[in-house]
Amino acid sequence: MSNAAEALGWWGVPLAVIGGAIRVSTPFLFVSLGECLTERAGRINLGLEGTLIMGAMSGYATALHTGSPWAGVLVAGLAGLLFGLLHGAICSLPRVNDIAVGIGLMLLGTGLAFFLGKPYIQPKAPGLPAIDLGWWSSLPQVQAALKINVLFVIGVICAPVMLWWLKNARLGLVVRTVGDSADAARALGFPVIATRIWATAAGGFLAGVGGAFLSLYYPGSWSEGLSSGQGITAVALVIFARWNPMGCFYASLLFGGAGALGPALQSVGVTQGYYLFNALPYALTLAVMIIACSPRRTLAGAPGELGVTN
Amino acid sequence: MTGALGIEAVAMTKRFGDFVALDDVTIRVRPGSFHALLGENGAGKSTLVKCIMGYYRPEEGQVIVGDREREIANPRQAHGLGIGMVYQHFTLVPNMTVAENLVLAQPDLPAVIDWRKERPRLEAFLAQMPFKVPLDRVASSLAAGEKQKVEILKQLYLDRRFLILDEPTSVLTPAEADEVLGLLQRMTRAGRLTILMITHKFREVMAFADEVSVLRRGKLVGGGLVTELDTDRMAAMMVGEAALPQPKSRNEQPAGAVRLRIDSISALDDGGQPAVRGLSLEVRAGEILGIAGVSGNGQRELVEVLAGQRPATGGKILVDGQPFHARRDQIRRHRIALLPEEPLRNACAPNLTVAENMGLRRFDIAPYARGPWLKPSAFREAATGLISRYRVKTPSPLAPIKALSGGNIQRAVLARELGEPPSLLIVANPVFGLDFQAVAEIHNQIIEARNLGAAVLLISEDLDELFELADRIAVMFAGRIVHETAVAGTRPTEIGRHMAGHGEDAHEAA
Repeated sequence: MSNAAEALGWWGVPLAVIGGAIRVSTPFLFVSLGECLTERAGRINLGLEGTLIMGAMSGYATALHTGSPWAGVLVAGLAGLLFGLLHGAICSLPRVNDIAVGIGLMLLGTGLAFFLGKPYIQPKAPGLPAIDLGWWSSLPQVQAALKINVLFVIGVICAPVMLWWLKNARLGLVVRTVGDSADAARALGFPVIATRIWATAAGGFLAGVGGAFLSLYYPGSWSEGLSSGQGITAVALVIFARWNPMGCFYASLLFGGAGALGPALQSVGVTQGYYLFNALPYALTLAVMIIACSPRRTLAGAPGELGVTN
Repeated sequence: MTGALGIEAVAMTKRFGDFVALDDVTIRVRPGSFHALLGENGAGKSTLVKCIMGYYRPEEGQVIVGDREREIANPRQAHGLGIGMVYQHFTLVPNMTVAENLVLAQPDLPAVIDWRKERPRLEAFLAQMPFKVPLDRVASSLAAGEKQKVEILKQLYLDRRFLILDEPTSVLTPAEADEVLGLLQRMTRAGRLTILMITHKFREVMAFADEVSVLRRGKLVGGGLVTELDTDRMAAMMVGEAALPQPKSRNEQPAGAVRLRIDSISALDDGGQPAVRGLSLEVRAGEILGIAGVSGNGQRELVEVLAGQRPATGGKILVDGQPFHARRDQIRRHRIALLPEEPLRNACAPNLTVAENMGLRRFDIAPYARGPWLKPSAFREAATGLISRYRVKTPSPLAPIKALSGGNIQRAVLARELGEPPSLLIVANPVFGLDFQAVAEIHNQIIEARNLGAAVLLISEDLDELFELADRIAVMFAGRIVHETAVAGTRPTEIGRHMAGHGEDAHEAA
């Protein structure tokens, strides 16, 4: 890549950032859409980091054994669904705090994936296919940047569909009601606990699929260092996105692009501050949290039932 | 709508463990009538309507809807029969628009909502309703009166023929209350709707209800046609034989020096929007200044600024002419007492004992402390004295304060604050949700503090309370004082008009 980058010069940087944004943003997108759904129902699932890694491991293992990456994606989603169900069910017990449960499940998911995933570190599983949107260009960088994974496309479709669903579907309105005011939901006869459990489970499914992207496309192998906190970052992303699925999409692109900046700069020979640029997504996360958590006001658009005190 | 529905609840008994919440209560609500259910807190009014709605399953008794006995196991079945309920607290989904809230309540909500079909239906429905609400506003941005209207419209949109209202006017101005109740009364007269309204306001019973049933301690103790009853008879039924403390008479005394001066103070609400906007007022020694206003006009934020719970964004507060920042030493030096609303949340550490909570103002000075060490015995002694003086019902001074009932928490905080006679007393909605006995006692304490020369700032949403206690009344609207007058010679309707912001800038209310 570095030879080609030299040919393109500095133009390679924005191109690599765009390509990186598309590549790196996919797990962000799925996890944040899943978390968005869960939080709109009034629960916070911090365990999605563990779900992501569990999804990556189980998806990779399934793809390896069956030879079908899509079976891997499905199994990854189902693993996520199970973790979501577990979180949803535990949090439905009286006096259980969803933050604490989330941290517990994050550790459980990571640990379990490392334990079960030991035999899969070496073998090579079939990866997910990509669509070549860069065929028209002779430049390999352009081709590389516009090589778009099918999962990304699915995620891009998911975001507006979820937005529409929250406004127009009965279940979408039920989720928003339950997340905004449990009292109102009860008065309307909506099942608060059941809605939260399945919203958490569905959120887990999406996060699991995001994990499959990590192990089956980019970086495209299973290792213990696969996720570098994308799951947790995605939770912060939802706040940044004001609980709007389309906002999640834009925020994922932004964070993906920020994550790609470091390697892109390195490829054109800027080595100074490499680690600093790599830290950009985390710095962004912190900045978002600081901006979001003013003591003087609550956040506009936040589902009313979201709280760390209950 | 297919006409009003009559309901009888026959011989209803409901127990919670050993406690009998409803004891063989029978009420008949005729179709097309406006029936009031009167009683103190804990009298069993809510339990009765919750049994009718299917939230509770009564141990004995049955509900007759129309002329058939019905088993109502859950609210959905009640809705199916055409019975609806408007709750005391709002059940609108705060972040949804009015249109979404109205559509959401339909029982047969389709899997996908076709807004192009729903909108015209909603607009057609609103066109034939007596009051208007903005369909595209988000519910949380509506004023309390508008929210209550949406709640009622929601029920009417669902073709309810029997409507239960749980203290529907507690958040409305008198004018708004009259408007809403008047409209409902007209609908009952037209035979479209039957109303069962829980209330403790005699004025509303006399003005709007046809019939009344009075509950006391779970029993039906009286009732009948409103035209054959008067306020005194109903009050006697509600309270029973229990003697209320004699109301303290207020000393005729000239107001003294200015104790509290608030000079164009401003503050933001939790959403970062201006809630208090350049408010100024003065309270003098030996007088009670009442602040009237519909809730949500910045009263809560004002009290929080005075309590030091919320930073002011502008202006200043002077106590006895000196700047005041709600610091402990200032509060102690100026002898300031504060009884905020929801005292368990705003003035207590819920898990600490009653004795510790009573000592919170002075816990770090003698006799409660010596150097860095606290003396638990001093807390206990002081608390024991206060508990008997203020008749706080607690199992022991060492019980956690959150275990006490609302009235007793209120008394405990009042005991702490008034144990040493204050020079400035700030009180917010002191009797919200308390029974007659507790109300009378707390009102007497406030009058006594005034008679002893304290300056009292009383913030209340209850106009009757203000007229009973205050020497002067100031009306707070949209974060400002918009009107100020002496109580003597002022009519409640005048205050009510200012509470509604004269009407022309009413929509400005946050």
